[in-house]
Amino acid sequence: MKPLVPVSTGARVILGVGFFVLFVAGWGAVTWSGWVPPLFLASPGRTLLAGWSLLTEFGFAGDIGITIFRVVGGFLIAAAIGVPLGLMMGAFKPVEAFFEPFISFARYLPASAFIPLLILWAGVGEAQKLSVIFIGSFFQIVIMVAVIAGATRIDLVEAAYTLGARSRGIVRRVIIPSAAPQVMETLRLVLGWAWTYVIVAELIGATSGIGHMIMDSQRLLDTGQMIFGIVVIGVIGLVTDFLFKALNRKLFPWAAI
Amino acid sequence: MSNKTLRIAGVTRTFPGQGRAAPTLALQPTNLTVEPGEFVAILGPSGCGKSTLLRIVAGLDRPTAGQVTLDDAPVVAPGPDRGMVFQSYTLFPWLTVAQNIRFGLAERGMPEAQQQTVAEKFIARTGLRGFENHWPRQLSGGMQQRTALARALANDPEILLLDEPFGALDHQTRELMQELLLEIWEADRKTVLFVTHDIDEAIFLANRVVVMSARPGRIKAEVPVPLPYPRDWTMKTAPDFAALKARLMAEIRDEVRKAATVA
Ligand SMILES: Nc1ncnc2c1ncn2[C@@H]1O[C@H](COP(=O)(O)OP(=O)(O)OP(=O)(O)O)[C@@H](O)[C@H]1O
Ligand SMILES: [Mg+2]
Repeated sequence: MKPLVPVSTGARVILGVGFFVLFVAGWGAVTWSGWVPPLFLASPGRTLLAGWSLLTEFGFAGDIGITIFRVVGGFLIAAAIGVPLGLMMGAFKPVEAFFEPFISFARYLPASAFIPLLILWAGVGEAQKLSVIFIGSFFQIVIMVAVIAGATRIDLVEAAYTLGARSRGIVRRVIIPSAAPQVMETLRLVLGWAWTYVIVAELIGATSGIGHMIMDSQRLLDTGQMIFGIVVIGVIGLVTDFLFKALNRKLFPWAAI
Repeated sequence: MSNKTLRIAGVTRTFPGQGRAAPTLALQPTNLTVEPGEFVAILGPSGCGKSTLLRIVAGLDRPTAGQVTLDDAPVVAPGPDRGMVFQSYTLFPWLTVAQNIRFGLAERGMPEAQQQTVAEKFIARTGLRGFENHWPRQLSGGMQQRTALARALANDPEILLLDEPFGALDHQTRELMQELLLEIWEADRKTVLFVTHDIDEAIFLANRVVVMSARPGRIKAEVPVPLPYPRDWTMKTAPDFAALKARLMAEIRDEVRKAATVA
């Protein structure tokens, strides 16, 4: 192995899948051998069976759907407001000076700590779930996008000025396109965090969703179902990540990826 | 053909020091008049304030004292009448070669079809045929600076400000680019202010060479280059050329030595 030398696509796939196989093998070894009792950890086989019954008998697909709706909904609302605000903050320093201190403060407030308050304000319906995701994602998005936009190469901005651009042109044709790939990368990251908030929101005061199912399974001590729920979240994350990366390659062919 | 006169009158620039550091005097009071259609080379050692002076003319930096005027209109901000090619690569990475060249035209609101025609013309003139749809990262340094030159020219500026545009290129590419620029200037007679620290380059291109002193920069000498246009590379070995070179070398040697001991 040499530092920073790229690896071929084939080798990358084999290596990536390899670790999954190793992981499941390790999991199987400790459960099938009886080293860890099923009460604490279900075996891979039992987990799959539990998942099958969840999907066929208990309508788990509906839970998955509602959870995805909450994450994506809250996240899209946060992005729709957060990205433009972040871009404005990065581009215009007075705007930044106005919002930045508050947002830096708000960003440290844990979204999960708001859940009791939000239940009080919005009940246990969808509005409350979306609010949790929104609070958890919005401030992160704003602050990270502001930093990205603020770091626009100044020489490119100056070149645009000498070509006749004014403030509007600088924002539309330099700051936004130059920030775009990193903004997408930020959204990918924050979407990952949004998943942790939705599950917390569903553990408390929810009647549907993956988090609610996990909570229910704990009452029945069904570790198979609990693990299946967690694995489903991981798989959804993997798929979104993949889609995000493919989209970025398509949208930004100019950035060497 | 340009028809505005550029006047640099008593322009000074002092950069405030960081923290407790003393302020840097980058440019001593500088006076220079550039007539329409003139090609003036500014020659000076590293750090003498060449870029600073050019940035002030471009309107990207403000002088501490003095004023720059273009036909009596004071320069206070950057604008499309003063096109610039920078020392570093400044193509927009998210635009193709053709889109980069059209940037200023689009900003002006020129119709698409007309943008296309203008871009094609400058793609042809700068030898970029076949590279129209390349991304900047796919281009060599020479190709990138060709595109930057085409981008500035497409905007049809009164004055072209060139800050060591070929400084980062290898010797052969550099000579090729000099000939390209000369050809364009001989055809268009646009006013050019060209910064360099290469004596041959200055003589080969300019009809006047302005020599700057080591930091803090000031204009030390102005040397006219009475060699006829059109010029070609064979001129670089002619006796007149050698004589001019010897004179400019004498002017600049001390300055380079001073700059080296300051730095
Ligand atoms: N923004 C700035 N802040 C502080 N000092 C600066 C700034 N820009 C330039 N200087 C200083 O002003 C002096 C002149 O800089 P300038 O870039 O104009 O030199 P130059 O002649 O273009 O040099 P080179 O040939 O290396 O490009 C230098 O000593 C530099 O350190
Ligand atoms: Mg310079």
